[in-house]
Amino acid sequence: MSPPQNRTRTTDPHTDHPMSETTTHPEAAHSAPPKDALPRELLVLNDRSFSWITGRISGIVESKAPRWWFIALFFTSLLTLVCFSCIAYLISTGVGVWGLNHPVGWAWDITNFVFWIGIGHAGTLISAILFLTRQKWRTSINRAAEAMTLFAVMCAGIFPAIHVGRIWMVWFLAPVPNANAIWQNFRSPLLWDVFAVSTYFTVSILFWYVGLVPDLASLRDRATTRIRKLLYGFFALGWRGGNRQWRHYEMVYLILAGLSTPLVLSVHSVVSFDFATSVIPGWHTTIFPPYFVAGAIFGGFAMVLTLMLPARAIFGLHDVITPKHVDNMAKIILLTGSIVGYAYLMELFMAFYGANPYEKWAFLRNRLADPFIAEGIFGIPRAPYWWAYWAMMTCNVVSPQLFWSKWCRSNVLVVFTVCMFVNAGMWFERFVIIVTSIHRDFLPSSWGMFHPTWVDVWTFTGTFGLFLTLFLLFIKFLPMVAMSEVKGVLPAADPHRHDPEAKH
Amino acid sequence: MSTPFTQPPVHGIVAEMPSAQVLFHAAEKLRDRGFKHWDVHTPFPIHGMDAAMGLKKSPVGYFVFFGGLTGSLVALTLAGYPSIIEYPLIVAGKPLNLFTIPAFFPIIFELTILLSAFTAVGSLLAFSGLPRWNHPVFNWDKFARVSDDGFFVLIEAKDAQFNEKGTAKLLAELGATDIALVHEDPI
Repeated sequence: MSPPQNRTRTTDPHTDHPMSETTTHPEAAHSAPPKDALPRELLVLNDRSFSWITGRISGIVESKAPRWWFIALFFTSLLTLVCFSCIAYLISTGVGVWGLNHPVGWAWDITNFVFWIGIGHAGTLISAILFLTRQKWRTSINRAAEAMTLFAVMCAGIFPAIHVGRIWMVWFLAPVPNANAIWQNFRSPLLWDVFAVSTYFTVSILFWYVGLVPDLASLRDRATTRIRKLLYGFFALGWRGGNRQWRHYEMVYLILAGLSTPLVLSVHSVVSFDFATSVIPGWHTTIFPPYFVAGAIFGGFAMVLTLMLPARAIFGLHDVITPKHVDNMAKIILLTGSIVGYAYLMELFMAFYGANPYEKWAFLRNRLADPFIAEGIFGIPRAPYWWAYWAMMTCNVVSPQLFWSKWCRSNVLVVFTVCMFVNAGMWFERFVIIVTSIHRDFLPSSWGMFHPTWVDVWTFTGTFGLFLTLFLLFIKFLPMVAMSEVKGVLPAADPHRHDPEAKH
Repeated sequence: MSTPFTQPPVHGIVAEMPSAQVLFHAAEKLRDRGFKHWDVHTPFPIHGMDAAMGLKKSPVGYFVFFGGLTGSLVALTLAGYPSIIEYPLIVAGKPLNLFTIPAFFPIIFELTILLSAFTAVGSLLAFSGLPRWNHPVFNWDKFARVSDDGFFVLIEAKDAQFNEKGTAKLLAELGATDIALVHEDPI
């Protein structure tokens, strides 16, 4: 049933046109719907007008930033500074300041990289895949989610760059012959990763900017100061909203969505190739690409909700980001979380069924064996990283199962808590995959634990500062909801709707 | 000062329509009357407006196809030429012939997407005549509402059927609530 604030209209729309199928007003199907027909939920509540949307969203940008914004920005900038200081210390001293050792040559650096790049995926899913599947509820969250994608990819990009050690040689990643005239190995997943991530970032920026142009025009037309008029006007490119522009615009938007969809699936697949094409037990798994993509979307949606729920409350956007939006996103978290849970179990099954003793060891004795049941009852010595594995299982597989309940999906506090669990769980997932697989090499003489140093911890914590700083700047200077798209899903946007004020 | 003030030439007539519905019917009528140089300006794309204006499907897709094709070929050359010809690098005993081409697919795929996206955005700018920061319609203050909740029709003076009085009358009949003559910018 629709939530109580969902008003059912009694006006009589034209009903026989085929296009009314895709409109969102509840009684599109018939002027007098049968009693048992469920009305379609409105995407914008309280019968808001076009100019209400413009005013409310642009108002956030135009009004003076509230005090909390400055306080928040102060702390996140401080954290960003911590991040950059740690990077400067790392570069000036050497990678020895991290806790890396033999055999753990990849630890928090690559964990953080995969964590951040995964978060980006939800933004592209919302902006591209939900667009192609005509999920109109995406319109009120896609802008912020795409911004989140860009900022997450920026945070992700830091780690591969700084983990190379001698950063002045990072240009060896580029497809040009290096100082000894040696070319890159184009058959290496690490080089594929360079192409995938940089393409992903570039296309995400283009997609985001194309979506922004009509809204920048709104800010330009409302601008009261010269500097605003100049800056928004410059970036709005002189947009006039002519239909001879819109028809190309819509086609390009569709094409970009069509390009981004396979792109986003490829990016995390390629990231998973970094592991899957190796011969390390625990990494050498064909299930990795789909499992990584599902996990990325899972973690990304949790991050979208982590950002949007507070933003919605602070800016009073309950009419555009409705309970239905939260409900839908919670369902996607449930779905992708269950796919991830399936992948975890399938990994265990393959380790058992595959009869490879190394694989079995990697899963049972390096990850699964807990001190209570495995050690306490069956006498299998506990895995050194059992706590990371079970933290991952609890956060990623158990916690989202709460979303089977409608009550949990509609309770903002529960949703937010589960999202925090998922955020943590997805970081643990990458840590488990990377560190537990390599901390015990084939020879017991090459076994060792990884212990992060303060530089590891603060570099990672600092990236949250960078991420949140960029997001705070975004909500202050750019429209955080795609106004022109939200207007397009209002009932009044349907050209075949009966308009009582029409003159004919 | 000494030269008499002359009005710059007329660019066209802009009319404001009260709603998307009225605008849609007006567009259908203008299309049926055979107007050529005209446009509707709206805060969001209106579903079905292309047909109502008699516009064909946007040709952007064809350009994007060739952009993508270029990307594939560039990537194939970029990965294949050094790996097979310029600096053959034997890694893990893999052969150096074209049968190892699947190892280049990820890079080919990514560059195809990248160049397609560049072409798509480039075509958008080219086809919609952007960036163009200055346009006669902006001379009418009320036109600022186009990015808020205003629906406008613009009929350009270069249309064969254009004449100031008749066109204004026609737009009023089609339901316009406000009509203005816009001029080119003085040079």
